[in-house]
Amino acid sequence: MLRCLLSALLMFTALASVPATAAADAEQVVVQDPYLEFRTGPGRGYPIFYVVDRGEEVSLLRRRTDWIKVRSDRGREGWVHRSQLERTLTPQGEQVKLAGPAPESRLEHRWEIGLVTGDFGGANIVSVTGSYALTQSLHARLDVTHLLGGYSNGLMGTAGLLHAFMPQWRISPFVSLGGGIVQISPKATIVQSEDRTDPAAYSGLGLRGYLTNRFLLQAEYRKFVVLTSRDDNEEIDEWTVGFTYFF
Amino acid sequence: MDRGLYILLLSLSSLACALWSQVAAAEAPVGDASATPQVVEPQIDRRNVKAPRIDAENFEAGAFVGTIAIEDFGSSMTYGARAAYHFNEDLFAEATVGTAKAGRTSYEDLSGSVELLTDSEREFTYYDLSVGWNVLPGEVFLGGRRAMPSSVYLSLGAGSTRFAGDDNFTLIAGAGLRLLVTDSIAAHLGVRDQMFESDLLGSKKLTQNLQVSLGLTAFF
Repeated sequence: MLRCLLSALLMFTALASVPATAAADAEQVVVQDPYLEFRTGPGRGYPIFYVVDRGEEVSLLRRRTDWIKVRSDRGREGWVHRSQLERTLTPQGEQVKLAGPAPESRLEHRWEIGLVTGDFGGANIVSVTGSYALTQSLHARLDVTHLLGGYSNGLMGTAGLLHAFMPQWRISPFVSLGGGIVQISPKATIVQSEDRTDPAAYSGLGLRGYLTNRFLLQAEYRKFVVLTSRDDNEEIDEWTVGFTYFF
Repeated sequence: MDRGLYILLLSLSSLACALWSQVAAAEAPVGDASATPQVVEPQIDRRNVKAPRIDAENFEAGAFVGTIAIEDFGSSMTYGARAAYHFNEDLFAEATVGTAKAGRTSYEDLSGSVELLTDSEREFTYYDLSVGWNVLPGEVFLGGRRAMPSSVYLSLGAGSTRFAGDDNFTLIAGAGLRLLVTDSIAAHLGVRDQMFESDLLGSKKLTQNLQVSLGLTAFF
C-alpha cells in the first residue's frame, strides 16, 4: 500500500511539473499604474522584491485566488494582486478584466456549497449542503448528512426549497421545506440492532448573513418528522450552523 | 373661509399649473437638438474590455503519510488523501480521508492472550471537512540563494472516525506548514488532533488522537 501511495505522489509531482501554459502564448498586458509590485508569493504577507514601471509589458502566467503570477520583459517572475492588473491594457489598448467578487455577486450568484455541523436529536452531525438559486430569494437545495449519535449512527439525504425573505439585506431570515430519507443503524455494542430506513419531511427557519462577497454564515433550526413503520412518527429537532461559499 | 370657495380656488390653481406645464412642454420639446446646440462633439470610442485567459489554480489535492497515536492503542502508520479549495489568500476548505491500523493496548500485551478487538475492528478510518486559515505567510530560505514561499495555517473541522466497528463524531484541530516547492507543488508538514468520544474501555471519555504527517499536493 505504501508503494502505491508513493507512486501516486510521484505521479502528482510529474503531472504538476508539466508547464501549465507555454510561455509563447501567455497573455500580455501593458502596465498603466505608476508601477506594478511583484511579490514572492500569492499573498499580501509576502515581500515585494521587484517593481515594473508604467508602460512596460508583462505576461500573465497563472492565477491563484486574487493573485496572478506575471513575468516581466526582463524575465523576472512574481505575484501581483488582481486590483493592480485591472488597471492595465492589452497591447491593443483594450481594458483588462479580471473577474473578482463584487457586492452584486451576493444577489446574482447561482450556486452555493456549504459545510454544516450541529445537533440532530442529540446526535452530532456533519453535513454537506449545496443549492441552486432559482430566483434571488428561492433556492433549490440538497443536503447529505452523517449522523453520529451515542447509540446509533446514520445517513440522511434531503432535498427541499429555501426561501430567503430579504436577500439584499446583510442578514436575511429564511424558511425551508423539504423531505428525504433517513437511515439509522444502532451502534454495534447495542443488542438487537436493526437498521431502519424511513422517509422524513422537514420544515425549518434560520438566518443567513453575508460575511464577505463570497461567504455566507448560516444558522438553521429544522423540525423533522420521520415517518416510521411503527405506530408513532418520530419528531426530531435539528440545530445547525455552517458556512457557505457561493459562486 | 368658506369650504366650497376654498376647494374651487385650489382646483383652479392646479388647473392653471397643469396648463402652464403643457404650454412650456410644447415650447421646448425634449431632445430637440436645435434647441440646445451641442458645443463639443464627443469623440470617445467604446472601450473594449478583455478578460484574459489565465489558468486559475485554486484547487489543491494530494496525499500524506504519517504517524497517528490512537489513544490506548499505540501509534501506527497512517496515510490518506487530502483536497483543498482556496477561497482567497487567507481561507481554504479542506477535506481529508485517511486510514490506519490500530495496535494493541498495553493490557492486551501484558495479559498475553486477551484480544479486545478483532482484526477488522482495528481498522481506523476517518474523514473530515475543515476550514483553514493561512495565518503566517512567509518564506523558507534554503541556503543563501533560494527561498520558497511558505505559509503556516491553522485548521478547525469536524468529521467522522470509524473505529471498533462504530462511527464516531470527530472534532479536528490542526496546524501545518505549507511550502511551495514550485508554483504548483506544495509540501506539507501537518500536526493535528482528532478528538472523539469513546467507551471502548468501559468508561466514556474524549480520546485525543494526535497525528503528524508529511504530504505532497499539487495545485490545479
